[in-house]
Amino acid sequence: MSDTTQTTGAAKVENEGAFTRFLRATEIDARLLGMIAALVVIWVGFHLYGKIANGYGAFLTARNLWNLSVQTASIGVMATGMVLIIVTRHIDLSVGSILGFCAMSMAIIQVWILPEFLGLGHPLIWPIAVLCGLLIGCLIGAFHGFLVAYLGIPAFIVTLGGLLVWRGAAFLLARGETISPVDATFAKLGGGPYGSIGSLGSWIVGAIACAALVWLLFNGRTQRRRFKFPLRPMWAEMFLGGTGSAIILGTVLLVNSYPWPIGIVRQYVAANNLQTPAEEIFKSHGFAIPVLILIAVGVAMTFLTTRTRFGRYVFAIGGNPEAAELAGINTRWVTVKIFAIMGTLAGLSAVISSARLNSATNNLGTLDELYVIAAAVIGGTSFAGGIGTIYGAILGALVMQSLQTGMVLIGFDAAIQQMVVGSVLVVAVWIDTIYRRRAK
Amino acid sequence: MSKDNKVTPLVEIKDLSIAFGGIKAVDHASVDLYPGEVVAILGHNGAGKSTLIKILSGAYKRDSGTILVDGKEADINNPRDAKKYGIETIYQTLAVADNVDAAANLFLGREVLTNWGTLDDVAMEAQARKVMGRLNPNFQRFKEPVSKLSGGQRQSVAIARAILFNARILIMDEPTAALGPQETEQVGQLIHRLKEDGIGIFLISHDIHDVFDLADRVAVMKNGQMVGYARTKDVTKDEVLGMIILGKCPPAATPGPGASTDF
Repeated sequence: MSDTTQTTGAAKVENEGAFTRFLRATEIDARLLGMIAALVVIWVGFHLYGKIANGYGAFLTARNLWNLSVQTASIGVMATGMVLIIVTRHIDLSVGSILGFCAMSMAIIQVWILPEFLGLGHPLIWPIAVLCGLLIGCLIGAFHGFLVAYLGIPAFIVTLGGLLVWRGAAFLLARGETISPVDATFAKLGGGPYGSIGSLGSWIVGAIACAALVWLLFNGRTQRRRFKFPLRPMWAEMFLGGTGSAIILGTVLLVNSYPWPIGIVRQYVAANNLQTPAEEIFKSHGFAIPVLILIAVGVAMTFLTTRTRFGRYVFAIGGNPEAAELAGINTRWVTVKIFAIMGTLAGLSAVISSARLNSATNNLGTLDELYVIAAAVIGGTSFAGGIGTIYGAILGALVMQSLQTGMVLIGFDAAIQQMVVGSVLVVAVWIDTIYRRRAK
Repeated sequence: MSKDNKVTPLVEIKDLSIAFGGIKAVDHASVDLYPGEVVAILGHNGAGKSTLIKILSGAYKRDSGTILVDGKEADINNPRDAKKYGIETIYQTLAVADNVDAAANLFLGREVLTNWGTLDDVAMEAQARKVMGRLNPNFQRFKEPVSKLSGGQRQSVAIARAILFNARILIMDEPTAALGPQETEQVGQLIHRLKEDGIGIFLISHDIHDVFDLADRVAVMKNGQMVGYARTKDVTKDEVLGMIILGKCPPAATPGPGASTDF
């Protein structure tokens, strides 16, 4: 059982370019770099186009980027779950409808039911509503998973049915009415000036993120040294730590430079009986709460996929379902859990979307399934199964949302927007296919 | 078919049958296996060898018949049950999860966890290095997905996984079909070593030359039925070939229900 590639590896190192050497040293995935490059092109492109065609570049402004981050949150949360689904060679077309159904249920619970018992504005209303929403999403997802895993119905059909069933059920729940406004605290989960953590909070989040990054790099290095694995060169570690921290702190500066609108500040001044005129007060938005939810979900899901037994099984099943079953993995039960997680995340996105709108409408989340799938796939999740990352899916969601926002800003028709998004999805998968073929 | 001594067989398969849509893939087949013994199950493609063994390893559910492990009836309905009885299988297709690394494959389904309930990759890799070092000292590619490994390396991963958890009954389905001569030789040595440890081994093959020298006994199948059983020291390769091709039992063999009576 000879090992020939080991020796050819050394020869390969000598004739590779500086860029490849850089990638090898920092261990940055070429895909990740490609996505960041695509993101930069989209952002700068829309900004310049706006400047030239409309006389005003609206894209690279604190206000737009802040809004972009909030708009990405809902799709991004669901995309992390879709990674697990697609990795195991399934699909979930029902997430948009689950979102709609959960949003409607939560609205009914917090607007029609709970105030009857607890009184309007009771502090327990929002946590109960959120828990119910997550639970309903989880149960719907688990039910889909049961149909797929134990009754052997293809996921495509189960969730296509779910797409229609839950949208219809959402309509029936409130006879098609729009329920608004939602509980005041609940509404903060959707962002907005009151749903953001402000300047100081953002700096604290940024500092924690930087510390976590440095700790991860340091810990990784000690672990590798302990087990005599090859280390990254010191300059590569420095580069990763430095660039990462710069990006984190830059983001904090950005979200802090977007002030509250003057109307909201006036309200704030009036409410707190301040003497200073509203025009002289600069209140930062800081990170929006939905963005923090997205980050938390991203961290939790990354942990789940890379550090737990469940995550290992998900990828093993995706790589070779038969081998996983023969290895003694209860693949059916894992499938149920995957769909349950997807449903729960759809419930969480329902919280974000309905809180952001301050209402639950009957068509909330329509077509979200397509954006979610597109985000996961653009983020490098392979339909062949077994491959996909959480951070990729979140970046994919950001790419999709950037395109969408950019086209709105420069005034494209809704019809053209749809055509562009559709084409981008197909082209992204085509590029991905080429990339994988060359990587082999 | 039974040996003369009084040792309880590790495994005793009795009257096992399974049908796929009217086709009797295995038809009242019986076979047994003693500790430290290698039994080769031979037959043409489609004779039912792999199906028989997949029932034992829990991949298929039998229609009728009993399986005894250590003389007690065993209830095997899925691969997890089989592993509980110490039955490990190395499949013809190798059945490795292609996109995770060697250590992850060795421990697939039986991961080592830290006190926090997370995967203990370090412990798993350390143990994987130990086992692989015994099987295949040249193996160094622990960090790469198994799909990047050669056929022989994948084979050693599959074998390592089977022996890692102290298997008592090892099933090897065409263990050397994908291997070169040198690797085949290594598998042969490995089988001898496992025998000395008292592990019972079923070897499945359609090629008698692969397994004749490794096996203590052969059991020949044809059209889902057992043609007969023989000790390899009592019969010649040609006689066993006759059993495989014609279903004709030589005098030294014990005929089974599938033995041909036309001769």
